[in-house]
Amino acid sequence: MDLAFTEDEEDFRHRLRAWLADALPKLPDPPHPADWPGRRAYDCGWQRMLHDAGYAGLHWPEDAGGRGVTPTQHLIFLEETERAGAPYVGAGFVGLLHAGPTIAAEGTPEQRARWLPPILRGDEVWCQGFSEPDAGSDLASLRTRAVRDGDAYVISGSKIWTSHAEIADWCELLVRTAPLNADTPKHRGITWLAMPMDAPGVTVRPLRTLAGTAEFAEVFLDEVRVPVTNRVGAENDGWRVTMVTLSFERGTAFVGEVVACRRVLEALARTAKAGGRWDDAVLRRRLGRLAAECAALWRLTQWNVSEAQRTGGVPGVGGSVFKLRFSQVRQELYEAAAEVLGPDALDAGQEWVADRLSSLSYTIAAGTSQIQRNIVAERILGLPKGR
Amino acid sequence: MDFQLTDDQRALKAGMRELLERRFPRSRLRAAVDGEAERGAEVDRELWRELGAAGLFALRVPESAGGVGLGLPEAVLAFEEAGRALLPGPLAATELTAHLSAAGRLADGDAAAGSLVAGAVRGETVVTALDQGGALVEHLASADAVLALGATAVEVIPAGAVARSAESIRSVDPATPLHRPAPYRTAPHGAAPQREAPQRGAPHGAAPQREAPQRGAPHGTAPTRVAPQRTAVAGTGASGEATTGVAASGPAARLRREAALLTAAQQLGSASRTVELAVEHAKRRTQFGRPIGAFQAVQHLCAGMLVRAESARSVVYAAAVTEEPGDIAAAKLLADEAAVRNARDCLQVHGGMGFTWESDVHLHLKRAWVRAGQWQCAAEAEEELAAGLLSTVGACL
Ligand SMILES: Cc1cc2nc3c(=O)[nH]c(=O)nc-3n(C[C@H](O)[C@H](O)[C@H](O)COP(=O)(O)OP(=O)(O)OC[C@H]3O[C@@H](n4cnc5c(N)ncnc54)[C@H](O)[C@@H]3O)c2cc1C
Repeated sequence: MDLAFTEDEEDFRHRLRAWLADALPKLPDPPHPADWPGRRAYDCGWQRMLHDAGYAGLHWPEDAGGRGVTPTQHLIFLEETERAGAPYVGAGFVGLLHAGPTIAAEGTPEQRARWLPPILRGDEVWCQGFSEPDAGSDLASLRTRAVRDGDAYVISGSKIWTSHAEIADWCELLVRTAPLNADTPKHRGITWLAMPMDAPGVTVRPLRTLAGTAEFAEVFLDEVRVPVTNRVGAENDGWRVTMVTLSFERGTAFVGEVVACRRVLEALARTAKAGGRWDDAVLRRRLGRLAAECAALWRLTQWNVSEAQRTGGVPGVGGSVFKLRFSQVRQELYEAAAEVLGPDALDAGQEWVADRLSSLSYTIAAGTSQIQRNIVAERILGLPKGR
Repeated sequence: MDFQLTDDQRALKAGMRELLERRFPRSRLRAAVDGEAERGAEVDRELWRELGAAGLFALRVPESAGGVGLGLPEAVLAFEEAGRALLPGPLAATELTAHLSAAGRLADGDAAAGSLVAGAVRGETVVTALDQGGALVEHLASADAVLALGATAVEVIPAGAVARSAESIRSVDPATPLHRPAPYRTAPHGAAPQREAPQRGAPHGAAPQREAPQRGAPHGTAPTRVAPQRTAVAGTGASGEATTGVAASGPAARLRREAALLTAAQQLGSASRTVELAVEHAKRRTQFGRPIGAFQAVQHLCAGMLVRAESARSVVYAAAVTEEPGDIAAAKLLADEAAVRNARDCLQVHGGMGFTWESDVHLHLKRAWVRAGQWQCAAEAEEELAAGLLSTVGACL
């Protein structure tokens, strides 16, 4: 039970801090949230700066072009960049956190050489084409069909809720290569493909979220040809290929936001104090309780990272415990923010109001809270499979 | 950074669990609460000495003073196991007193008082606690001594002196006898402790004037005071300490925090145990032709319980490492909530069985209520955490 950092870890932190102090002022002004090309350029520019300074793919294995740092050093990186106010991974999310690690783990040397360096340099953006109109929580029932035709797959179907689809170069696509029938489990017969977003037959239709912006899109696929060499893993083995890295999303993907929770909470307290609301014991205690929740999220993160460090593997099901608490606390935080804001909570121009709106997706995206509870009940607690 | 338990810590926890399973099996707990034990819910001296011999009260005492020489994390792990087993008794107060006396932080007052307290390390003394905030006193009739905390001052007084003016209540927890003490405050430096005059709030109209120590103390001992105690407190009147204000620093504040953390550790143990009890029951009990654990409504209750317990665990362990007031407040708050709400959900999963005296679920719930009212209660913890939001800019999370 040791929360102290080693000399190497402290050294890593100091060098990172020094670099951030120098690099961040060189960033251009952040683009407007609706300016998608601007956002892509900004996020990729930041990734390029990280790459040139040796901070790209920190947690990737070295033979995949990463730095192979320990989980603790990766945690320090995420903590320090957030504290310094550095940009989020943004458009690089899928490439750096999911598609990239999948290719690193399951791809051939040629596939790694083709796709990994541009992800690390911030040259290419990926999106994730998993969910379909009829396959959300029950992802394995997906129906987008891929039929082999010579050295290509011909793909027809549609994907939905695809974040960053409009600005992506590549899509990590799950397709069905063996028909759904009662005899075989639906998880078999799924294949993982890298699909270029500019291939003929791909149509992207942006969807407007409740926040008013177009964060995700529908992607229609009409006889899109994708070379067989773009398949990672064996045909019909795509479910396993995907699950190898899906837990990444729940492991450390939210570290920056946990650090941000504490910052928002302190700002809420100062705002309440300045506006005279601090005399309200109910509000004060509510914020005090949230401070405890933030502390727990941070300690849970350290607990999970230490576990990953020991087992040398990806974060385990402990990620589901974290995600459940995190998404709930994140939403409660912005409920409290609305109370602090008072009438201003109806002003959509306020930063906290925008964040309140986007926090509503946390209990849905990347596995809904109900699905996480199913995972906890069945895989951690060993309860019988539910219906 | 390696936040996970070391091999030694795992071994200590496992050893403690094994000891408690052997020495304090469920039958012993049930005998106490079902009225079958000869001495009811009194502290079992023999068990207390066995726990002392096993080192439960000496974990943080240096080896040079006959202790185990470990730290707060190890004490927290042992107390977690005690909470899991629903071990009754004033564990935290006895451990704190043992640690205080071994650290030489008690002034050499009366030699008899010194030796009274010295026995705490070995489990020969039962020490309960009296906190200025007005919390009930547990196991007063079984106790030899009372660790009394004022706003800043700390003293150890013979239990009889407190018992005389305290009123026994019918405790909601059958394994934890409780007394309502007369309002208490410690005396100005050097003087003997004073009971408050009745017009200032003694609840029963009696005049709980404290007798002079020489006459009243059962062992003929004077209070043993913690030295030195020069910590100034804002708002303290010239004649003594404020009766309601609790200082944030000084010996009493430190002990309060340690007591809150050791109490939180027991809450954590109980919270984890009720997850196990609920899951075991959900796997065993069949309705509508399948185990009730296959129903999602039940599954999700259980999953929520695990999330509460694991969130509490992460802050309780972290607070044991950092000893920061904010971490301890978060630990107590979340561990109280985990223990109480998990016991509630566990009761629900048990159905009618959960409402019986025979099941252990209510014992977890009631003990959790008792502990939630001890040391830092929710309102105090939340206020402390709120104040921390304004004072620490960008500090630790
Ligand atoms: C902001 C955002 C970004 C996203 N980005 C992407 C992306 O880039 N790529 C991608 O592929 N997908 C993405 N998604 C999709 C996301 O993964 C799905 O929304 C999610 O998996 C839920 O699927 P669904 O929307 O079809 O809801 P449904 O599965 O229809 O669920 C509806 C409700 O039913 C409940 N439910 C369903 N099944 C069960 C069950 N077995 N037990 C109990 N309750 C159940 C759910 O919890 C939910 O409350 C994104 C979603 C959001 C909100």
